[in-house]
Amino acid sequence: MIVKALYIVLSVALVTVWGLTLTGIVRKIVARVHGRIGPPVWQPFVDIIKNNAKRTGISHGVMFYLGPVFRIAGGMGTFLFIPVLFGSDMFSNFSFAGDVFLVMYFIFFGQLGMALGSGEGGHPYSAIAVARGLAQMSAFEVPFALSVISLAVQYDTFSVSSIVAAQQGSIFSWTMFTNPLATIAAIIAMLGMNMHSPFDVVIAPQEIPIGPPTEYQGSFLGMLHTNRGIFNGAKLILFMNLYFGGATTIPEMIVKTFCIYMISVFVGVSFPRFRTDQSIRFFLGIPTLIGVAAVILYWL
Amino acid sequence: MHNKETLPNLGLPEHERDLFCDARPRVSKPLASYIEKFLNWSRANSLWILAYGTGCGAIELRPLFTARFDISRYGMAPRPTPRQASLLMIGGYLSVKTLKRVIRSYEQMQNPKFVIGLGSCTVNGGMYWDSYNTINRLDHYLPVDVYITGCMPRPEAIIAGFEQLKKRIKDGRAEGANQYAEQFDWYKANQKKIITDWNMPDYNW
Repeated sequence: MIVKALYIVLSVALVTVWGLTLTGIVRKIVARVHGRIGPPVWQPFVDIIKNNAKRTGISHGVMFYLGPVFRIAGGMGTFLFIPVLFGSDMFSNFSFAGDVFLVMYFIFFGQLGMALGSGEGGHPYSAIAVARGLAQMSAFEVPFALSVISLAVQYDTFSVSSIVAAQQGSIFSWTMFTNPLATIAAIIAMLGMNMHSPFDVVIAPQEIPIGPPTEYQGSFLGMLHTNRGIFNGAKLILFMNLYFGGATTIPEMIVKTFCIYMISVFVGVSFPRFRTDQSIRFFLGIPTLIGVAAVILYWL
Repeated sequence: MHNKETLPNLGLPEHERDLFCDARPRVSKPLASYIEKFLNWSRANSLWILAYGTGCGAIELRPLFTARFDISRYGMAPRPTPRQASLLMIGGYLSVKTLKRVIRSYEQMQNPKFVIGLGSCTVNGGMYWDSYNTINRLDHYLPVDVYITGCMPRPEAIIAGFEQLKKRIKDGRAEGANQYAEQFDWYKANQKKIITDWNMPDYNW
């Protein structure tokens, strides 16, 4: 029991550090694409220290406090039910037979908590951003859910560990090759999930200051930033497990998640931003059809 | 009735006074020296700017964020909400009307917070020194950490000003927020002398 708790602490620490470092690396890469030098790679850590070092803070009520708590609970919940490394005792977390469902629920959970919390903040910009965020989220959940259903039909299981186990052997037994349609639908959904351009209108810093956390400051914001690291890492590890054969060592995990994140970055630096209604139409169009095709193909 | 600890909020209509906070700003003591030194290092290396483009100075801020001068390499970033920003940049002359908004924005920022006055207008009024509706000295109304002179200062000068501010923060001398809390009555008296139609709370927390 105690050993398991220690393992969990270790794996949460790993994903936090890696998630935040990855954010720093991506900021640097995006800056280089813009022709800038860009912030140092460790900048996300400095930001978190600074935010937690604020001496005063204001609150708007109980729900305002709970917003970031729900958010970080959502991030941790997503992460804790995904096995990080295949076949490793230390980094298997709490994976069990039906964990795909729970993980998909937790991906949504944080956003809902954040909506309640920033709603109590009372800032109109928060409300706009939350409305945009939830609308966009509901839209990209459709292709992602269809893709996961297709996987469940293909491997006849709802467990992430079993899906990873089924992909072992050679590179050609990865879902990417055995079920390319589901992979494409999920990758497009991931573009929306990672909030890079063209789907970054939710956190649009120009028109709606900073998105839902407009009123959050100090350690609230520090918590949200920490969660961004955990949640990012968790989502990438989930995608690695479902579509790219999982990982058996930490370096393999780092290389794979980095490559998966680069898809979002490539698309992000190449395309301008969609409005919310455009992105909803986009997700409910071709990606959803690809997802439906993936399900039907394996059903037949 | 109000005692010395609460603010009267006389500028507001009576039925609105309950909606706003009447607490005075408090002085927050710095922590023990080594911890505070480390925290000050993080504050200096992660300055989030609330750019208040009141005058022509705002035009000189744009190049700072783009490829040529890129201040993100110093860990600085624009932050459009006062709740999250730690550095208020006053971009030029302040008319009486904009001073009101600047005070509101400044008070909504959380301690520790820093102010940079950009251009000669914030130092002594600059070319508007005898204007009927601009203020001359910014530090009568807000505690200013660094002034950057010029009309307008080039982006290089602004970056030099940032370096100056970072040095002040690391030395632990940038305690503007505490100074504002200590001399709150003096600052409020100055502000109210200029802003005659005071129709907001006495302190916007």
